[in-house]
Amino acid sequence: MFNRRFSSFLKLSILSVVLAFTGGVSADPVKAAFVYIGPTGDHGWTYAHHRAVNHLKEVVGDNVIVTEVESVAENSDSERVITSLARKNDIIFTTSFGYMNPTAKVAKRYPDVKFEHATGYIRGDNLSTYQAKFYEGRHVMGKLAGGMTKSNVMGWIGSFPIPEVIRDINSAYLGAKSVNPDVEMKIVWINTWFDPGKEADAANALIAQGADVLFQHTDSSAAMTIAEENGIYSFGQASNMREWGPNAQLSGIVNNWGPYYVERVQAVLDGTWTSTDTLGGVKEGWVKFAPMNNNIPFDVRNAASKAIIDIMTGATHPFTGPINKQDGTPWLAEGETATIDELMGMQFYVEGIDSQFPN
Amino acid sequence: MIKLIPRVENSKAMIVLSPLIALILTALSALIIFLFILEDVKVLNVFFTLFVEPLTDGYYLSELLVKAAPLMIIGLGLSIGFRAGIWNIGAEGQYVIGGIAGGAVGLYFYNVEGFWLLPLMAFAGILGGMFYAGIAAFLRTRYQVNEILVTLMLTYVAVLFLSAMVHGPLRNPSGFNFPESRMFHDSALLPIIWEGTRLNISLIVALALSILAWFGIKKHMFGMQIKISGSSPRAAKFAGFDDNKTVWLSLLISGGLAGLAGLFEAAGPAGQLTPGLPQFYGFTAIIVAFVARLHPIGILFSSLLIALSYVGGENVQIDYNLPSSIIQIFQGMLLFYFLACDILIKYKVALNKTKN
Amino acid sequence: MNEGLFINIIIGISVASAPLIFAAIGELLVERSGVLNLGVEGMMIVGALMGFVVQFHTESYFLAVLAGLFAGVVISSIFAFLTQFLLTNQVATGLALTLFGLGFSAFVGKGYTEESIQLIAAVDIPFLSDIPLIGPLLFSFNPLVYLAFFMVYVVWHFLFKTKQGLILRAIGDNHDAAHAIGHKVVLYRFMAILFGGAMAGLGGAFLTLVQVPIWGEGMTAGRGWIALGLVVFASWLPFRVILGAILFGGITILQLHAQGFNIRISAQYLSMLPYLATIVILVALRIRLKNKTNRTVPNCLGRIFHSTT
Repeated sequence: MFNRRFSSFLKLSILSVVLAFTGGVSADPVKAAFVYIGPTGDHGWTYAHHRAVNHLKEVVGDNVIVTEVESVAENSDSERVITSLARKNDIIFTTSFGYMNPTAKVAKRYPDVKFEHATGYIRGDNLSTYQAKFYEGRHVMGKLAGGMTKSNVMGWIGSFPIPEVIRDINSAYLGAKSVNPDVEMKIVWINTWFDPGKEADAANALIAQGADVLFQHTDSSAAMTIAEENGIYSFGQASNMREWGPNAQLSGIVNNWGPYYVERVQAVLDGTWTSTDTLGGVKEGWVKFAPMNNNIPFDVRNAASKAIIDIMTGATHPFTGPINKQDGTPWLAEGETATIDELMGMQFYVEGIDSQFPN
Repeated sequence: MIKLIPRVENSKAMIVLSPLIALILTALSALIIFLFILEDVKVLNVFFTLFVEPLTDGYYLSELLVKAAPLMIIGLGLSIGFRAGIWNIGAEGQYVIGGIAGGAVGLYFYNVEGFWLLPLMAFAGILGGMFYAGIAAFLRTRYQVNEILVTLMLTYVAVLFLSAMVHGPLRNPSGFNFPESRMFHDSALLPIIWEGTRLNISLIVALALSILAWFGIKKHMFGMQIKISGSSPRAAKFAGFDDNKTVWLSLLISGGLAGLAGLFEAAGPAGQLTPGLPQFYGFTAIIVAFVARLHPIGILFSSLLIALSYVGGENVQIDYNLPSSIIQIFQGMLLFYFLACDILIKYKVALNKTKN
Repeated sequence: MNEGLFINIIIGISVASAPLIFAAIGELLVERSGVLNLGVEGMMIVGALMGFVVQFHTESYFLAVLAGLFAGVVISSIFAFLTQFLLTNQVATGLALTLFGLGFSAFVGKGYTEESIQLIAAVDIPFLSDIPLIGPLLFSFNPLVYLAFFMVYVVWHFLFKTKQGLILRAIGDNHDAAHAIGHKVVLYRFMAILFGGAMAGLGGAFLTLVQVPIWGEGMTAGRGWIALGLVVFASWLPFRVILGAILFGGITILQLHAQGFNIRISAQYLSMLPYLATIVILVALRIRLKNKTNRTVPNCLGRIFHSTT
């Protein structure tokens, strides 16, 4: 296994370049493991991680040996999977919130192994967290939606009413409202991250209710295909879903975890790994966008592009006051931006969203 | 032509042999499947990982026992009902409700220390499961509504209820609003019996229940009542046994035990209430019960076997990148073969040459 | 509520109910013969996968539908063989079938999770669908939806208007007596089980060919179990299956719309409605039937038939 041959001169070149910049390689390759909540074929969340892992393998080459485990349920069994991996690996990435406590428990028992948990809030000496500022991407999507909708009704297929989803809903809505004050958002919860049938039903229900732009916070391409069938618009989730919606996809958020994974594995190789809490957004290149649909008119396209640049430079923050909560109570004053804590724990809709907050 | 000739009495040899034959057939089928799908991996290695490694490695052995305990507990409860022809298919739902009930008690007394808390939680879990199964018992005795459907529908309801609870009343107030309860404090967690592992007292409870059930079925009148009820409801009525009472007792016992298993999961390996509480133990226990031919000692072995397939199967998934669905195929085949080989006990297989 | 939304809801309900109708009408025939097959979920999902796979490779709807049907037949034959020839317990065997079907479909389907196909489109029946108001409502369904309704009629006709149907019902009510008269109990039951498998497979194929053009593990999401409930709900009478399926499918769709309409009940409780409704209606039916001596449940349902010749 350690004597794997390079299959092409190109890989050799890349590795040489990387070596030149990193100044050396430690003797043993790093064994990295990834725990996924769904199948890599979901074309959504897990697929994005898998793509990032492929990028990792390309960049770091022989210095990393990767194990990927798919469809690990978010229950007490996951602790055993993580433990199995901890026995044989140097660094483990657990890519869904529900793995938080199991990861923390295993991290305590294996202090020499490094753990990285996505979207959680528990850290430790050997346990880091990382999260992407998807809400920045949603804000931009919102600007596109606000500009392209004719019925002024947007639909959101929600999985679970956790802060991440609420945050994204609010951000998209605010983005749309900034270009189109009359826009409204309808939200349907289907209690799952991945169920093509339910996602399709939800999409149809939202369309029936007048939505002509769909957002999804679920992992399959069902909603995109329904949108394509009905001649309306939708946004790809976590990956470019153009294949399922050549006309329907306005754009989409493409999760780009690659650079982070390379950085962390390299840190283990160099012996410089420490526990961190990293939030990456548009600026850091974690949130990318699928190419914009050709049918988008010039001015709408411009507004979205400008938003991307503004977020990147820090000129704009999606949650900038004055913003009130759904019940009218003031939240952010003029010019005030939301704190990280407020964002991470968000459990209220902003003013203007009519839907009953689920609880 | 193959004919089945009923034996005069059950073949004692086959009672021991037929499970073995079934196991061998399952292993052979798995072998054939592996040969098909594995290109460059030695099939023997896979077999080793699947069946042997969990037994020889301390950690995996402990995990095997952790998984076997709830299967045993629920399986025992179900077997009582199944003997009587009462089909509690919704043990999963009762398990969830028991977990919520017991877990809620633990959360209510958060940070209150005392050795009385765990028994109280267990009691709440049992009551929760009993209440939930009792709904089906009520509907069956009062309105003759089939318990298979009621318990099954209620399972869906229970899982949704769990989601509502961890999103709302039972949610951790300092957990950034994620749908999980607080982590249970020390007094609300099951004591570990094998240092360094997750193995807790639920295994001891499971073993104790097995022995209890064995005696109960052998000696006690109740056992006979259930034995007769199952084979012929009319005969049971004639002998004076109360059909309604059997329904209630069967469902309450199986529901209560399922609820207890739910609490054990919440207060044990999970240590909190999350949407991941349901793990299909309620359904897998049905297989456990049948493969054991509804006998308590058999249930002990079959739960170990099924638990082995889970732990071994998971390692095969990790080490050889095989899909997790292979475990389900294996369990399905196991049950098919067990059921098929069962016939060897009651019938003799004879080959008749056709005369013309 | 405007007309467009109303029609959309009706179409949505038809798509949600059709798989249930197929699976339930098949199981109804099986139970009428005295056999309880709990493996409906397993048969449905295998049909869903096979329909998808064949459509992907051949792009022929005809072959895909046949494939779904055939897959159901093949997998149900395992159940038929075990319960009718090896006399195994029907409840356990049915559960094993579900487990095996779920695992098998997930396993084989692994190679297809990245693909998608073209769905079968709904058709507007010429002339009829132009009738104002009811035209678009009743005559623009998907062809497979019409097939589902047709199969209900076929089963009804078979059970109550043919000699074989009468025999099958007799077997379901008293298999010993039927056997004594000379009817081939095992043969009828075997064929009934295969038919049930075909229908369940067809119901599963409906999901991947009509509702959503991708494959996902476990995508039947419990519909097979709902179908079992529908058979009891329908008191084993064919046309009532349609009623039950529409009710169940209807509530499933309407709860999504209710969320969109902003009904002030949380999503989880709304999602419980279809299941609770099934129980409530089952009880209500029993209360209504309490004083009638007319019981339609096949007496021999679930009992093992021991032939002595």
